Amino acid sequence: MLIWRPDHRPTSEGGRARAAARLALGLLLLALALFALALISLATGARAIPLENVWAALVAFDPNATEHRIVWDLRLPRTIVGLMVGAALGLAGAVLQGATRNPLADPSILGIHAGASLAVVLGVALLGMTQLSSYVWLAFAGAGLSMLVVYSVASVGRDGATPVKLALAGAAITAVLYAIINAILLTSPRTLDEVRFWQVGSLSGRTVDIALQVAPFLLIGALLALATARLLDGLSMGDDVARAIGQRVGLSRGLAGLAAVVLAGASTAAAGPIAFVGLTVPHVARAIAGPSYRWILPYSMLLAPILLLGADVIGRVIATPGEVQVGIVTAFLGAPVFMALVRRRKLAAL
Amino acid sequence: MIPAMSNKHQLLAAGLDLAYGDRQIVTGLSLTVPPGKLTVIVGANASGKSTLLRGLARLLTPTRGAVYLDGKPIHQMPTREVATLLGVLPQTPIAPDAIAVTDLVGRGRYPHQGWFRRWTTEDDAAVAEALNATDTADLAGRAVDELSGGQRQRVWIAMALAQDTQLLLLDEPTTYLDINHQVEVLDLLTDLVRQRGRTVVVVLHDLNLACRYADHIVAMKSGHIVAEGSPGDVMTEAVVADVFGMPSRIVRDPVSDTPMVVPIGRHHAGSLEGQAKRGVAVTY
Amino acid sequence: MSMATYAGRIRTLRHAAASRRRSTSLALLTALGAAFALALYLGDYPIPPLAVVQSLFSPLTGLTDRSVDFIVLQVRLPRAVLALLSGASFGLAGIIFQTLLRNPLASPDIIGIAHGASAAAVFCIIILGWTALAVSVGAFLGAILTALAIYLLAWRDGVTAFRVVLIGIGMAAMLAAAISYLFTRARLNEVQQAMAWLVGSLNAARPEDCIVLGGAMLVLVPLLIGLVRGLDAMELGDDTARALGATVERSRLGLMLVAVGFAAFATAAVGPVGFVAFVSGPLARYLLKGTGRGFPQAALVGALVMLVSDLIAQHMLPAVQLPVGVVTGACGALFLLWLLMSSGRSGRIN
Repeated sequence: MLIWRPDHRPTSEGGRARAAARLALGLLLLALALFALALISLATGARAIPLENVWAALVAFDPNATEHRIVWDLRLPRTIVGLMVGAALGLAGAVLQGATRNPLADPSILGIHAGASLAVVLGVALLGMTQLSSYVWLAFAGAGLSMLVVYSVASVGRDGATPVKLALAGAAITAVLYAIINAILLTSPRTLDEVRFWQVGSLSGRTVDIALQVAPFLLIGALLALATARLLDGLSMGDDVARAIGQRVGLSRGLAGLAAVVLAGASTAAAGPIAFVGLTVPHVARAIAGPSYRWILPYSMLLAPILLLGADVIGRVIATPGEVQVGIVTAFLGAPVFMALVRRRKLAAL
Repeated sequence: MIPAMSNKHQLLAAGLDLAYGDRQIVTGLSLTVPPGKLTVIVGANASGKSTLLRGLARLLTPTRGAVYLDGKPIHQMPTREVATLLGVLPQTPIAPDAIAVTDLVGRGRYPHQGWFRRWTTEDDAAVAEALNATDTADLAGRAVDELSGGQRQRVWIAMALAQDTQLLLLDEPTTYLDINHQVEVLDLLTDLVRQRGRTVVVVLHDLNLACRYADHIVAMKSGHIVAEGSPGDVMTEAVVADVFGMPSRIVRDPVSDTPMVVPIGRHHAGSLEGQAKRGVAVTY
Repeated sequence: MSMATYAGRIRTLRHAAASRRRSTSLALLTALGAAFALALYLGDYPIPPLAVVQSLFSPLTGLTDRSVDFIVLQVRLPRAVLALLSGASFGLAGIIFQTLLRNPLASPDIIGIAHGASAAAVFCIIILGWTALAVSVGAFLGAILTALAIYLLAWRDGVTAFRVVLIGIGMAAMLAAAISYLFTRARLNEVQQAMAWLVGSLNAARPEDCIVLGGAMLVLVPLLIGLVRGLDAMELGDDTARALGATVERSRLGLMLVAVGFAAFATAAVGPVGFVAFVSGPLARYLLKGTGRGFPQAALVGALVMLVSDLIAQHMLPAVQLPVGVVTGACGALFLLWLLMSSGRSGRIN
């Protein structure tokens, strides 16, 4: 079990209140930063739109102004999807890490993305689905199923699902699923052509219908996740201690897992598989906010979209007038962070 | 039976500093391991006993000072050579899946073998003797991971014995053993010392077993040696209080005539002194 | 019992284990022989065994039959031999890694080395427009460089299995993202070409591939035999290994280099055929039932799996030749399921 040592743990009443106030202020600042980043996201693209015009488009929409249309039709849905997916991935990662007590848990490492991808590929190949909007239920089912299999394979053996075994089981299942995916893609060029753009994880072309379709799931998932905060705090002390204080361990883990799957499944359905956001953001949240999930969850919820939108903006900026999809940028930003995490001595004590 | 050899090998540490990264565990420690004797290292948790043993065993490089084997700095000697003279049983050994007992004990012969010199009758004899000495001969064909904790521990000790070295260092070899097996292991180590002239260094948790079996006790605290010498000299109420922070009564072990540490916890602090003051004989 | 009798009993036990190892190897060799013969016989034109033998000896006897010789010597023989050699290489690469990293789930196709070869190959195909031999060389270099990167990144006062596994998984994710990215930038036919390589196939087997891989194995196998003794000590943990006189870091590095060599050459020859490396070690050990480490048997199992998978891939569906990677992928899935189901008994993934 990884034991975190919080730096300045106030024990006095006043100290605790002050710390809480500080954390709340932090959240507010992050929300403001996110808002600013959203505006930047609206301003960036093949055609750079000055911020005043962006603001005008939002508050005083003029249907004849091209720039206003670009903002409303293209960039706003994209940004909103980015916000929602980012928040969902951050929450999913934090919840998974808490429920499995595994600092390496992440939807992509636990096979969720591979499962969702396989379901989508099957949908496209066998059912001829072509619209992103039809992928949602499939992606859910695929995500849930594969996570179940990964957890089961990792739990084989005396010591249960240790972090390394989970990571390996996830990688192994991911490999199997991708072998099947590759087989299908080989035999169906049409599917290959459809799927290769979805596969990479991107916010481009995400329209309002996508946003509307996944929004309810993301909302439910988010509410469920936030509600498990106290349960996660209990789980973090170890199963035995959690039971001793009256918590239903199996139920807690099930609820948390459900929240994670809904969030990760819907995000993958909306934007394709995006790696590493759910892995690295909770660690940053923990470093800022301390070990309690009552703060880690909201912080993850705000930090992750900052990372995601930031990556999206970077992807648009470095390849103007085209873009590098956000899934690629987060992989190349997130993997080094992940590897640095692995090298740090604290994680060595698993 | 192999006749007793006089042990000419000398192991000593001089001004030893041992650290894990930037965590200093042992500072400026000097120790001469008495050859041909059973030395026991005792101390509280995190006093550095295991670290000291690892330093002596060449498993940890000192940041300052050195460990000398027969006058040569042990870290400059070839690993293979050291392994034929000095055997170590670390605290948490790992056994590969489904390995058989004879196979594992046979690994102890590794330093004596080479590319061309593989299994000889000598090797088989050493393995057989080691199994016999640890009372694990009837487990010979079984898989190690099927054994109980105590049986597994004895098999590991057999492996260290099969290595057939003059010096043997063991880190808490009695931890998972029942009391009868604990005593057996320590009796076995005593045999090695008395009958075969080996030098044995053991880290033990149990103070009373340490007093019974040790020829030489080293008491450690916070990376320093607080006291060393024969059990009678070292094990005093003052040393126990210093090393473990606990009041105690030292009485005479009726079986071995060595000191026996009787701890005094909170609930018994009053009664004992009270009764002693009232002159009531305390018997059990 | 006297000591001599005891010693004799030990010797008997040892010999029994050795004979079990030998009989397992013999059984595997027999199965391999049968599969090999089948590979030469089966096809669109089944060639009777006598004719096969005649063709095989035709360079010596001078008795040639042009068409039969072509099929046997230029098509089926290279393919079967390549399956043998690559299967054995993958099997050895897999078991070396699994033994070093003390985990049966840790094989080169999961911890990033295969991904490195794939990413390099995809890069060569899509960006550089290379084909065949050049791509193989690129794949080889990709595998070597990735292995080097993983080792260096995992090195911190030495290398632990834990770090190598996780860094490898991080690398794999990053390289997979790179491949996805390249897939979005290319034309569909280029992507199809790359996919074909990625799935792994023996379709284009030529005698030259066999010679290169065979030559590499001639160097690597003796190196392996020289290094394998170190494992006797290393399997017991670094501390015990050093106590027994083994030079742990050097042996580990040497074995890793040999394993990477096997994986890289095999991948360069046939593509990243999944799961042969993963499955061979555990299967070999299962057959040996604790009587040995299983290296020679893993090579034989790998060769057998590859050969049989190729036979199935070629002849299972009437009109279609599947790439061998698809069949091995299915095998991998079945194997993982088997691992799941045999959990209670002796299953330990740690």
